[in-house]
Amino acid sequence: MMSRIVKTISNIAFPIITIYGLYVIAHGHLTPGGGFQGGAVVASGCAMILVAYGSVWTMKKIKEKHLSILESLGAIGFISLGFIGILLIFLYSSYNGSFFKNFLLNQNVVPIFNEIGKGLSNINTAGVIPLMNFAVGLKVIAGLFVIVLVMAYATRLKGEPQK
Amino acid sequence: MSLRNVAAVAFFVIIAIFLFFSALLIHPFGEFDEDNNPEMDQYIIDNTQIETGADNGVTSVVFDYRGFDTLGEATVLFTAVAGVILLFRRLKK
Repeated sequence: MMSRIVKTISNIAFPIITIYGLYVIAHGHLTPGGGFQGGAVVASGCAMILVAYGSVWTMKKIKEKHLSILESLGAIGFISLGFIGILLIFLYSSYNGSFFKNFLLNQNVVPIFNEIGKGLSNINTAGVIPLMNFAVGLKVIAGLFVIVLVMAYATRLKGEPQK
Repeated sequence: MSLRNVAAVAFFVIIAIFLFFSALLIHPFGEFDEDNNPEMDQYIIDNTQIETGADNGVTSVVFDYRGFDTLGEATVLFTAVAGVILLFRRLKK
């Protein structure tokens, strides 16, 4: 619970930080960065909101149970993408699959992320790597924010204003 | 000066000398080293764009060649979240 100046500046800076973090996640296979780094950027923006508005207000807006579900969804998506490479062996007996196989690359069945990158602007490349970046990014955003939120809420002061 | 402080200073001096002479042995930054050049470096530089389709070599290593390692890192984060939520849970009165 900080002053009105801090809250206003946080409101201005929060969308910019979030968009930058999502950019780092979405361009993880083209430019430096990836799911972990972009997720840490977005989670630090959320932590700024937590500092500006106080843990009681933030806990009213979003519960740690929902963030925990988001984090588990990211983990399930990541490991599912790893297991699809094995499952394709049972569907097509001639398929050369393995754990964490890049099954979207170099095929014409699903026309998404199936090309080979030749420049820094080709976002439709790299197979399952962008999808894994999204899964890990969701996991890191929810995981880091729920750690900060739960610790701030548990150690709050008794006399803190409940507004 | 107690014996404990003397031991600490001696240990610090030994570590500092070790690190100083280790730093002198590092080959210069950005120069190609014939002797200490693993074949894996050149293989990844040459083949990562064809095999994984990604322009970013680091991401292709982290998410494609070593996806199992990233799975372990994600598990570490999951364990940290589970531990923090378990430690700071709300007890029923």
